[in-house]
Amino acid sequence: MSLAHRIIPCLDTDGERVVKGVQFVNLRDAGDPAALAARYNIEGADELVVLDIAASRDHRPTFLETIRRVAAELAIPLTAGGGVATVDEGRAILRAGADKLTVNTAAIRHPELLTALAAEFGSQAVVLAIDAKRVGDHWEAFVRGGSVPTGLDAVAWAHKGVECGAGEILVTSMDRDGMRSGFDCALTAAISRVVNVPVIASGGADTPETFLEVFREGRADAALAASIFHDRIQGLGELKRYLGEHSISVRQSG
Amino acid sequence: MNIALVEYGAGNLPSVERALTRLGVESSRASTPEALADCDALILPGVGHFGALMRSLAERSLVKPLHDAVASGVPLLGICLGLQAMFASSDEAIGDAGLALFPQNVSALPPTDRLPHMGWNQLRRVRPSALLEGVPQDAYFYFAHSYAALDAGEAGVALCDHSAPFVAVLEQGSIFATQFHPEKSGPVGAQVLSNFVRRAGSKQ
Repeated sequence: MSLAHRIIPCLDTDGERVVKGVQFVNLRDAGDPAALAARYNIEGADELVVLDIAASRDHRPTFLETIRRVAAELAIPLTAGGGVATVDEGRAILRAGADKLTVNTAAIRHPELLTALAAEFGSQAVVLAIDAKRVGDHWEAFVRGGSVPTGLDAVAWAHKGVECGAGEILVTSMDRDGMRSGFDCALTAAISRVVNVPVIASGGADTPETFLEVFREGRADAALAASIFHDRIQGLGELKRYLGEHSISVRQSG
Repeated sequence: MNIALVEYGAGNLPSVERALTRLGVESSRASTPEALADCDALILPGVGHFGALMRSLAERSLVKPLHDAVASGVPLLGICLGLQAMFASSDEAIGDAGLALFPQNVSALPPTDRLPHMGWNQLRRVRPSALLEGVPQDAYFYFAHSYAALDAGEAGVALCDHSAPFVAVLEQGSIFATQFHPEKSGPVGAQVLSNFVRRAGSKQ
């Protein structure tokens, strides 16, 4: 009996429609978020993440409506985010039906935002998202959808983010994002070693073996993927059966 | 039957409402002493901070009506922080009084395992449970918390282990509570809510 490793489908949206790209560019339409949410809820996803990757102020009401539509389909937890910069914006996302919110760019500029969000909603509702790219012998955190380097060491930032109040880390390897070349286990393990909160690995998901690796070598508590699930390259039930057969604790579904 | 969700600003209230709707169960929201006094069963949802929850209840003058409802045998289901609020005190808000339906303290989980305890975990049943009727022994439920009741005496009917053994399901007379979120726990969570509703209905 132990905490199950989570499998988390991710819906990257432009606020309204699910989009997908490779290494954060070349976006194309991949469907209706509520329809995909309904499907993953039935197929045994452990949680769902919905991100507004456009994150423009003008589209915020549209994204909140998307969260409401997605939440209505789910009997599992929902995490949402994209461009959250204030406690009020965080509250709007949680009120719309999310259980947790992700913070990225704004937290790097103002780490005290994590503290304020945790004080208001509890650490369990605050997920620090980090987009990390290999630079020489370390990983650097990038912001604005992966377009702007920060000069911050991603592992050190994860550690500081947790000290500030983050209750979970969602780390995306920009080198692996959309490449289907396996998760960056070294990155995930490096972060997992320095924090005592759950770590969600993202970027590079492919075969069931890549999930096994990120749970074993990468020491991840959860693994997130988008296109392999959207495009039905990998079924959730089949993936979980494989992991269970390889002694990874998972919640078998269906 | 009038099932009321205690409305004091809890973030998960709409999720609980939706979960009940999916079961075909109608519910109302109770945010005043009058509304609380006029219902057949109560659900106390909760996420966030122990102190903030107790202050919100006090500001809305809901503490006494809650005690009155429990005293008159109205079935009450606490969820997550709603379970913790049933205790006398919590490490999360030292000095703040809880509802004290149980005399023990809610403790900060030791940092032996990763915290918050976030995700799906299984239960260890130690006494017969009405809420878990028909639920497979190995079922997983969704948890998201860093504090927990380590002891509830005879009322603790199922435990969970993460950092320390803690009370996952609590039942005593007409008082029911879960540390996990049944509204976020898929089909088995729906079964737990359905068991509470059926139990509440049979008390009428």
